[in-house]
Amino acid sequence: MADYNAMELMICIAARELEDGATVGVGTGAPCAAAMLSQKTCSPNLLIMFEAGGVAPLLPEMPISVGDSRTTWKAVMASGMCEIMETACRGMLDYTFLGGAQIDMYGNLNSTRVGDNHQKPKVRLPGSGGANDFASFAWRMMVMTPQDTKRFVERCSFVTTPGWIKGGDSRAKCGLPLEAGPYKIITNMAVMDFEPESKRMRIISINHGYSEKDIQDNCGFELLKAPKIVETPPPTAEELRILREEVDPLKLIIGR
Amino acid sequence: MDVLEQGIGRIFTDPDPDKAREFFRQKSRKMENKLTTVTDAVQKFIHDGDYLAIGGFGANRIPTAVCHELVRQGIKKLAFCGHTSTHDFQILSSGKCFDRCDIAYIIGLEARGLSKVARNYMESGDVEVSEWTNYSLSARLKAAVMGVSFVPIRNIMGTDTFKYSGAKMIECPFTGKKFVAMPALYPDVSVIHVHEADVYGNCRIRGITISDLDLARASKRLIITAERLVKTEFFRNEPTYTSIPFYLVDAVCEVPYGSYPGNMYGEYYSDEGHLREWLKAEQDPDEFKKFLEKNIFNCKDHFDYIQMNGGLEKMRQLRQKELMVLNNKA
Repeated sequence: MADYNAMELMICIAARELEDGATVGVGTGAPCAAAMLSQKTCSPNLLIMFEAGGVAPLLPEMPISVGDSRTTWKAVMASGMCEIMETACRGMLDYTFLGGAQIDMYGNLNSTRVGDNHQKPKVRLPGSGGANDFASFAWRMMVMTPQDTKRFVERCSFVTTPGWIKGGDSRAKCGLPLEAGPYKIITNMAVMDFEPESKRMRIISINHGYSEKDIQDNCGFELLKAPKIVETPPPTAEELRILREEVDPLKLIIGR
Repeated sequence: MDVLEQGIGRIFTDPDPDKAREFFRQKSRKMENKLTTVTDAVQKFIHDGDYLAIGGFGANRIPTAVCHELVRQGIKKLAFCGHTSTHDFQILSSGKCFDRCDIAYIIGLEARGLSKVARNYMESGDVEVSEWTNYSLSARLKAAVMGVSFVPIRNIMGTDTFKYSGAKMIECPFTGKKFVAMPALYPDVSVIHVHEADVYGNCRIRGITISDLDLARASKRLIITAERLVKTEFFRNEPTYTSIPFYLVDAVCEVPYGSYPGNMYGEYYSDEGHLREWLKAEQDPDEFKKFLEKNIFNCKDHFDYIQMNGGLEKMRQLRQKELMVLNNKA
């Protein structure tokens, strides 16, 4: 079996989720690496969008900002934020990858603050950026994150970005676009989806070397289990070669 | 129309379109020479207490010279539009120039890490905040551009971002669906860095525009810094490509390499080494004080600042880095 680290594993799993011809809204870092890998392996016609305005670039290397000039390298259009977000509003953005300091069992994310005093927070984080927007409008929101009990929490200090809110049909009742929402959570240990009725996070596949107990022990809430849990197919040698040689040769992301 | 729910965040500007119309009625439409210096433009058009917005995207096509000048002149008590802000926010935090902030994205420098100085300032309790998102603030600008007091959009519902915003949830009179009414945002003053401008304020932006086309139109006063000054024929020969027309603009400042240390599309790449120096210097208060003395207070203008950090030789390297990306890798 090929040797790989947790970041490489998550990027390879994520890349396979993006089918050819789909649209994906990405930020910098691991999401961008996953989209680039997907474009160079399973999905050459993956349409990448950046919130600042870049549409369908053929990324030559890893951008350092979602607004830098690399995000429009051989792009079909250099547009603006409304163009991208309104495309998502109309229902033409299939996927997005997001992250945060905390995630709960319904896939709600916190990237705003830790602590309760909003005007004088214990820890101030950057805020939503475009995360709430992409999570509201993209059909399928995914998260790539290392898994531990600090990140996977019973209750987020602040819900910056919507998951399935309080589960069941609560998201739709809030007024957010129907059917859109969290789809898969990819961690170093497992892949989770959401049980269709309760919308609670559940294990669907386990990454090589981990057990169900490891996954539950590193999660601050009770995880459901899919009727059939499989082992996640590990990265192939070819995926790893392309990721290391073509996507991130400077190891900006996979070296983290 | 009934309000179903509303956030507790304060709205720092008046969304009333008739008051805005009254202002714009008085605004000069004269095609006159607006060329001035950064120092004079800040003195004349940015005042303590104003609501300020900065164009670009954090460390891409930002008007660095004006951000430094605000710190140098000791401008205080601004309200700031924290829309896609990164290095610009870091600079203004270092001068504690604002005490109110509409937040979409602040304190981070994307993949580069977080600004300690900006973070400390936002954790101090000295800044009043309202929460929004990048698109929410874009939509608020769009409402202002349309001359209406709000636009309905479909994000932030069900989250704490809504709860701490100044938005209101309403019911659609056609479908009965819920929407968020985003209040129009008319900044008192905005600053946008562009590729080319003439002395009257006609501007061309290349590459992505983020929210700058709306920002230019929503703002009561607008300062332009430009990489290059061009003749008006530049626009008249190809009017298709004009991004900002002259009548929106109050001041034009020629600032070559004006986005440095940020990226400028097709011109120069960001100076990642210098941005790392900023983040590193912030770790130690004494070190940071010296850093600001060197890079802002002891510099009389943007040329001095660039000179202090490698001068034209550095800019040549950054230009090569940018063009390698744009032209050499096929």
